[in-house]
Amino acid sequence: MYRYDEFDHTLVAERVATFRRQVRRRLSGELTEDQFKPLRLMNGLYLQLHAYMLRVNIPYGCLSSRQLRKLAFIARRYDRDFGHFTTRQNIQFNWIKLDETPDVLAALAEVEMNAMQSSGNCIRNITADQFAGRARNEIEDPRPWCELIRQWSILHPEFSYLPRKFKIAVSGSSNDRAAVKLHDIGLYLRRNADGVVGFEVIVGGGQGRLPYVGHTIREWLAKEDLLSYLEAVLRIYNLGGRRDNPQKARIKVQLNALGPDEFRRLVDEEWAAIRNSTLLAVPRAEIERITSYFADPAWETLVDSPATLADQRSADPAFDAWYRANVVPHRAPGYAIVNLSLKAPGIAPGDLTADQMDKVADLADRFSLGELRVSHRQNLVFPDVRQVDLALLWQELQSLSLATPNIGRLTDIIACPGLDFCSLANARAIPVAQDIGRHFAGSASLEDIGELSINISGCMNACGHHHVGNIGILGVEKNGQEFYQLTLGGSSGEDASLGDRLGRSISAAEVPIAIEAIVTQYKTLREADERFLDTYRRVGIDSFKDSVYGERPERRRAAA
Amino acid sequence: MILANRLTDGRVVFLAADGSWVDDIAAGALTTDAASAQRLLAQARRAEDRSAVLEPYLIGVRAAAGARRPVSFREGIRAAGPTIRTDLAG
Repeated sequence: MYRYDEFDHTLVAERVATFRRQVRRRLSGELTEDQFKPLRLMNGLYLQLHAYMLRVNIPYGCLSSRQLRKLAFIARRYDRDFGHFTTRQNIQFNWIKLDETPDVLAALAEVEMNAMQSSGNCIRNITADQFAGRARNEIEDPRPWCELIRQWSILHPEFSYLPRKFKIAVSGSSNDRAAVKLHDIGLYLRRNADGVVGFEVIVGGGQGRLPYVGHTIREWLAKEDLLSYLEAVLRIYNLGGRRDNPQKARIKVQLNALGPDEFRRLVDEEWAAIRNSTLLAVPRAEIERITSYFADPAWETLVDSPATLADQRSADPAFDAWYRANVVPHRAPGYAIVNLSLKAPGIAPGDLTADQMDKVADLADRFSLGELRVSHRQNLVFPDVRQVDLALLWQELQSLSLATPNIGRLTDIIACPGLDFCSLANARAIPVAQDIGRHFAGSASLEDIGELSINISGCMNACGHHHVGNIGILGVEKNGQEFYQLTLGGSSGEDASLGDRLGRSISAAEVPIAIEAIVTQYKTLREADERFLDTYRRVGIDSFKDSVYGERPERRRAAA
Repeated sequence: MILANRLTDGRVVFLAADGSWVDDIAAGALTTDAASAQRLLAQARRAEDRSAVLEPYLIGVRAAAGARRPVSFREGIRAAGPTIRTDLAG
């Protein structure tokens, strides 16, 4: 993992001290809320329905056991014994007190963490593939580039007051697990015709009220040009993005108004002017220094598929089911990537208690070289587990309710905090996820249903990624009551697409029944081992409308 | 009634008849006519100017099962805490 150097330490420590002074001035009344609000947001502190919420960055989803223990301490000492992992690989605490926030930030700084730029109209936490550096099909590890972008973007003087927030994601794999095409800038590490690794640059993706899949504006960019090219894109956006209407202020609106070709032309023109700037040319030695932090750990020399693992899988069907759902091949022989499901039936997706955090940190030390990752689907990952240890780890995770065998399946639901916590929400999201989880709990058919994502948002801002769920659920408010609109066919992967609206909205109680009807119809229509998404794309939305809206009273009685 | 967030910790509070801010909805000042509601709101805005509270506004309440409950669903959640964790109210 990356470790702070003296500059990082100084910068974060000074920021904590500055914010401590700003909080003192706010509490004394010297600063008004209008003056203070931008300052607290720049430090990740929101005001929500019940209290202040602090959003803490987890850079590109990488976390050490030591850092997780500190998060547990913060949850216990300053909050209400739990934290919530978000779709941006961050963690949020829901009841942080304003007067204690500087102490929380100081505690975070002790473990090289911060909340800088986790809100505000600036470049937010860089996100990445949660299997970075470990996946078998990876072209190259994205983490050194994420770290370089993080350093370039923190307190960037030109880009601290953009028209709107700005999100960047990087993946080095041919399987996109980071929703790269739904970001303001998405970067895929790619080989060109000569086999040289560089970046495909995608711009203008995003969700919210105006969802778009991003456009590739450069097929291949040399690594040494990364910062100058990003700077050119950000400058074109900063100068030309709309500031008159927050709903239309993201880069996606600018790009689509200009058209991708004109946007590309403007970027190329700007890039030509700054490409050779010495300010933006990162010395090779600095890239090597950053990259050295992400060198492979000292893996043992092991063999794949040890006999003990095969014996354990055949001896215990429950362990075998977990293995098939939650364990992923690792590029080092004898190792595995393990997903910890934060989606046990009835649990709020992404929530982890302080006690669980401490125990997961201990397990990370015992089983995964002290490291873990956070995925944008609100789960945790142990990146380096010996295959011979899998059965023992599974038992430990079971005792923590973190071994539900559902990764990538119907009950692995993304949900934003919704109206239970968020001041922007129109409807609740977590109880809907809980109801679906309970409805399908223990269902042996989850594996038969296969890969299927359900994403739930409590408002059009789409923090729950409903546009790109295979089944998307959007909470809306009508006459003081909650209703839910369903969309089908969304995807956040390399085949990204936005879902199509199925029909009129339904009540919360009807949602699990509707999901079951959609799944039943999929099982009838699918060919061979076709995924839900592929069946949907082949047959279209009309094939599912009757399943949900036809013969409703009968089905309701049958389900009751 | 007037609902707001307390500056120091962000918690939901209600304006009481004596001008203090209280956690308990039952202890908050209740008005039944528009003129006194506006007077309460003006008082709350002065408290906001003094940096005691944030974002005060008027909410409608009704009596339900002997307890005072906000009329709107959203304010109901604000008053009672997250519906998924009613143990965390207040």
